[in-house]
Amino acid sequence: MGGIPHDHYEPKSGGEKWLHSRLPIVGLMYDTLMLPTPKNLNWMWIWGIVLVFTLVLQIVTGIVLVMHYVPHVDMAFASVEHIMRDVNGGHMIRYFHQNGASLFFVAVYAHIFRSLYYGSYKSPREVTWIVGMLMYVLMMGTAFMGYVLPWGQMSFHGTAVITGLFGAIPFVGESIQIWLLGTPNGAIAQPALNRFFSLHYLLPFILLGLTIVHIWAFHTTGNNNPTGVEVRRTSKEDAAKDTLPFWPYFVIKDLFALAIILALFVAVVGFMPNYLGHPDNYIPANPLATPSHIVPEWYFLPFYAVLRAFDQDVWLVIAVNWITFGIIDAKFFGVIAMFGAIVVMALAPWLDTSSVRSGRYRPMFKWWFWLFAVNFVLLMWVGARPAEGIYPYIALIGSTYWFAYFLVILPLLGVIEKPTTPPATIEDDFNAHYAPKGDGATPVANPAE
Amino acid sequence: MFRKLSLTAAMALALTAGQATAAELEIEVTDYDFSFEGPFGSYDQMQLQRGLQVYTEICAACHGLEFVAFRNLSDEGGPGLPEDQMRAYAEFYEVFDQSLFDGEGDFRPATPADKFPESSLSNAPDLSLMAKARAGFSGPYGTGISQFVNGMGGAEYIASLMTGYHEEPECALEGEPMDGFYNVAFAAGGFPESCKDENGKHKVPGSWIAMSQPLWGDDVDYADGAPTDLEAVSKDVAAFLMWTAEPKLVARKQAGLTGVLFLTVLSVLLYLTNKRLWAPHKHKD
Repeated sequence: MGGIPHDHYEPKSGGEKWLHSRLPIVGLMYDTLMLPTPKNLNWMWIWGIVLVFTLVLQIVTGIVLVMHYVPHVDMAFASVEHIMRDVNGGHMIRYFHQNGASLFFVAVYAHIFRSLYYGSYKSPREVTWIVGMLMYVLMMGTAFMGYVLPWGQMSFHGTAVITGLFGAIPFVGESIQIWLLGTPNGAIAQPALNRFFSLHYLLPFILLGLTIVHIWAFHTTGNNNPTGVEVRRTSKEDAAKDTLPFWPYFVIKDLFALAIILALFVAVVGFMPNYLGHPDNYIPANPLATPSHIVPEWYFLPFYAVLRAFDQDVWLVIAVNWITFGIIDAKFFGVIAMFGAIVVMALAPWLDTSSVRSGRYRPMFKWWFWLFAVNFVLLMWVGARPAEGIYPYIALIGSTYWFAYFLVILPLLGVIEKPTTPPATIEDDFNAHYAPKGDGATPVANPAE
Repeated sequence: MFRKLSLTAAMALALTAGQATAAELEIEVTDYDFSFEGPFGSYDQMQLQRGLQVYTEICAACHGLEFVAFRNLSDEGGPGLPEDQMRAYAEFYEVFDQSLFDGEGDFRPATPADKFPESSLSNAPDLSLMAKARAGFSGPYGTGISQFVNGMGGAEYIASLMTGYHEEPECALEGEPMDGFYNVAFAAGGFPESCKDENGKHKVPGSWIAMSQPLWGDDVDYADGAPTDLEAVSKDVAAFLMWTAEPKLVARKQAGLTGVLFLTVLSVLLYLTNKRLWAPHKHKD
């Protein structure tokens, strides 16, 4: 696999040769595990393992939960309480699953921001990036549908808000909303719960399949690394100077990081399992009583802020509304902006014009990137605030910067920025950090980081 | 410890002319100390039994506990009633059994396998999960990080609600008489226009609740001689309702502690393995 030259699996015994000529599965596993990996990867390259672990955790706990859960509007809430009270270990399985969603998003945001900083999305890794973005969208859909299943107050009224977004699409929106919910009057009832349950079980397995495609894609191109410099492919010896095999070096490193992250995760599950949830979801769903403050889960908040930022007082919204003869009203504009925020991020490989891959060697980019990261947290915070007072302005500025970052700053920086010179090879970068004995500091341009 | 807490609620009732105006609601929740707070906290068995008594003699008249089974009263980490006492307690309740009387159904005394009855009053909410459905405080800047040491504050909220009945404020007497009873810890009730300033901001904390004051102090006689003043009784019933909402709290914290300790040891071992593994390549051996 891949373009990095390295040793491949050689069947030795008769049995191995027999199997290898019929199904080269051992060879596939060997090549996957022994993949030459840049030896200068830093601690931001551990999130992939965390994500794979979390996906498996969610699938395993989810399968057990399904054994006890009842997808019926009159019984769903009580069946979750049955799990919490009567099923052996049920309270832990449920809390692991509930908080597992948050662990998933913590890891995926760290993973995405690492890619954005080190330019992992750039050629030749665009397919890895696009598949990753697809997985991220699927994750959000899965998380939303999972939140519906306990059939609490937030489940119900959150569903009303999210399916209402589709209702904002001109001409066909209402039909789509009715089709999604499966009731003639667009009521949120048994059909909605049933189909969300079905999809919540299906999508994680599609995610699992896409995980394999994602890994396949970057095993083909090779990993990016903090310098953004490619592994030398001129010979096996050159490649070996830049890399170490994934097993055991990166497996052990990643497991160490995973153990620390899981210790924190278990502390949250054990000591404050409802911290990231909303108390209202412990009240059974009641269509007649709307909660005073409907807030999505924390991981949706930045996009919820974008959705609400473009209200009918924004001149751009007014202009678009006027030009399109009212077809694109403020509500639909907000929906377009929310989905557009993810679309522009997915297009980053083609919007970023810089010839240098890693942000480490881009003096101007660094500032804009960190502003982008701070802006993301700001949007998350403002997404949980009510739409009044100063908050809509903050949301509008934050949303504007989100789009400006991808549509204006990334294309322009590549032209006006003067990047510093990355080290010639990964080996140079590694030796600059870990100098060979008796060699002292290696004279390689490498900003301290 | 007394804290004033701010709850922001964009109330449906406050919608005027299509423009959402959220009223800044203030409620007073006292940060009472409970034995089950913090990573090592656990329920006080005697307090849960006292709370059960308060629930039985007062709350149960209107409210239900539909998710709690009588057998749970004997569970480890809970009130821990001896089995014979728990059975006797269950028989004190009557439940409707559809299988009796040739499918017509009839009432019979409850058994340990039965759940507590549902609320008998239609507008009285079930109390099983009340302590988790209300977060009494959300920490500095709404981060709620204080939950780690304080819990969610649901029990604090319930105790504060029980002690939160006050004389109606002066401003309420100016306008139309309000339905219900003034309570400084209650957020979701009616609120008189005469108690809002020109920006719609509330001048007094809390709102008007439909439930009349249920506890006054000296409502019950405790067998263990514990104090029965209003605050003590309120805290006892709040602790009991925390248990009904989170009966596995003690087991969960123990599992959490075991998990954290195990993973800490594991990460130290993996750290050392990793260091050793990489040492030759980092020229450190």
